[in-house]
Amino acid sequence: MKSDSNLERVLESGEFAVTAELGPPKSADGEVVRKKAKILKGFADAVNVTDCQTAIVRMSSIASSVILLQEGLEPVVQMTTRDRNRIAIQSDMLGAAALGIKNFLCLTGDHQKFGNHPDAKGVFDLDSIQLLQVARDMRDGKKFQCGEEIKVGPRFFLGAAANPFADPFEYRATRLAKKEQAGVDFIQTQIIYNVEKFIKWMEMVKDRGLHEKIYILGGVAPLKSAGMAKYMKNYVPGLDVPDEIVERMQEAEDPKEEGIKICVDVINEIQQIEGVAGVHIMAIEWEEAVPKIVEAAGLLPRPAYS
Amino acid sequence: MIKATQKPIKEIREMLKKHKKVLVAGCNTCVAVCFAGGEKEVEALVSALSLADKKEGISKDYLKKTVQRQCENEFVDPLSEEVRNCDAVLSTACGIGVQTIADRFPEVPVIPALNTAFMGRVIEPGYFFEYCAACGNCVLGQTGGICPVARCAKSLLNGPCGGSQDGKCEISPDTPCAWQLIYDRLKRLGLLKEMERINAPKDWSESSGPREIRRDDLKTNRDGKYNLKE
Repeated sequence: MKSDSNLERVLESGEFAVTAELGPPKSADGEVVRKKAKILKGFADAVNVTDCQTAIVRMSSIASSVILLQEGLEPVVQMTTRDRNRIAIQSDMLGAAALGIKNFLCLTGDHQKFGNHPDAKGVFDLDSIQLLQVARDMRDGKKFQCGEEIKVGPRFFLGAAANPFADPFEYRATRLAKKEQAGVDFIQTQIIYNVEKFIKWMEMVKDRGLHEKIYILGGVAPLKSAGMAKYMKNYVPGLDVPDEIVERMQEAEDPKEEGIKICVDVINEIQQIEGVAGVHIMAIEWEEAVPKIVEAAGLLPRPAYS
Repeated sequence: MIKATQKPIKEIREMLKKHKKVLVAGCNTCVAVCFAGGEKEVEALVSALSLADKKEGISKDYLKKTVQRQCENEFVDPLSEEVRNCDAVLSTACGIGVQTIADRFPEVPVIPALNTAFMGRVIEPGYFFEYCAACGNCVLGQTGGICPVARCAKSLLNGPCGGSQDGKCEISPDTPCAWQLIYDRLKRLGLLKEMERINAPKDWSESSGPREIRRDDLKTNRDGKYNLKE
């Protein structure tokens, strides 16, 4: 084991893993995090805590993750290179490890233009691949990016994202191979609505043998309404929402129920694909949906290790 | 070349409030090419300022003089007589020109009329785009002659992020994705292997200031002539 992570243990056991996502509040109210944590407890092997997603200021990922630990959940700290340079990131990694964090997800992050401080200076000292390298070298090489030795290094199970639906499509497996080379242990993909395209991407991934070297968790997210489906289809870069999904949402009597159903259908489909090691459920501000989805997908109970 | 845009008239007038006699100093190189601060733009700016003054019953004198390059002493120094006759200089040069005026004429306030934007090219008339970030450590040799530092919104060095779609950047449907351009070009050149390699964290130490270049071979002698070595 590279870490003491529960997520790593589940994936290593060959069990189909479940991760969820928790967005910290735009306030200093820790109770919000506790409430969301209580909803998710027992339904996921680890929970991603976002790092100011869409560049909106929120409670820090590491601080919120510590609240999750207190609540008995295993967090995955998300870290973007948008807001911190290599000095701040390495410092945060040391601190996170000291506080008991075991999973660390390396991202470049959404551009600051999308957030509530569009005037901010984007840092981007590193990109996500370089961040992975730095984190891997801190763990396995016991050294900082500058080459200096670390006496006690962080032992993170290292994650990253992959978007099978972005362009250039033929390059996407190459980019994943670079993440593998840079030291990634597990991948959570962009939300899958277009399973056919995801299968094509997985074929390229398998051609390179990457599915045997890293754990790939397919991303899913329940839609709440037809409006949300259309918005995601037309305005969110890097998302692929096929027309039939929009139609299913439009025709549904209970759109929320249908959104959960679509999610479960996708999970069932990707579970059949060789090389898919788990699912990452992103229920944006709708944590209550996660238990329903996990149960309906037949993924309960979650494995428990003492 | 350097690209710039004129500041709003309101902002310029606010900075000129205390001044009665102003030398409007243009620059006929980069900022003339991007139609922001050359001779013609100085004419237009003075007309706009005078008109606005007149409306408010304010009377100011504007002198106009455009030099070839406001970033070099030899072109700026001949302005000394005009500067002496004014109580402020409004420079329509880039930030380098403004500072050259400040350096050469320490006794007179200098006010910038432009916002210096970037180093870029004219894509088509009226459309300028940044091409170089002057990062001090050129990567164009590995990226098919297309700069990800300047042209990728996140200055990524290892390929396109998940926001690249249909050749466009996630920040705007009008902005080309630099890494899509790099991919296409390397593919055409049969060099896609370049995109498999991991580019390590970049040395940004040459990208932040104040930066300087010192060349002993170009030092001037006492007579003011360059001391060019063999």
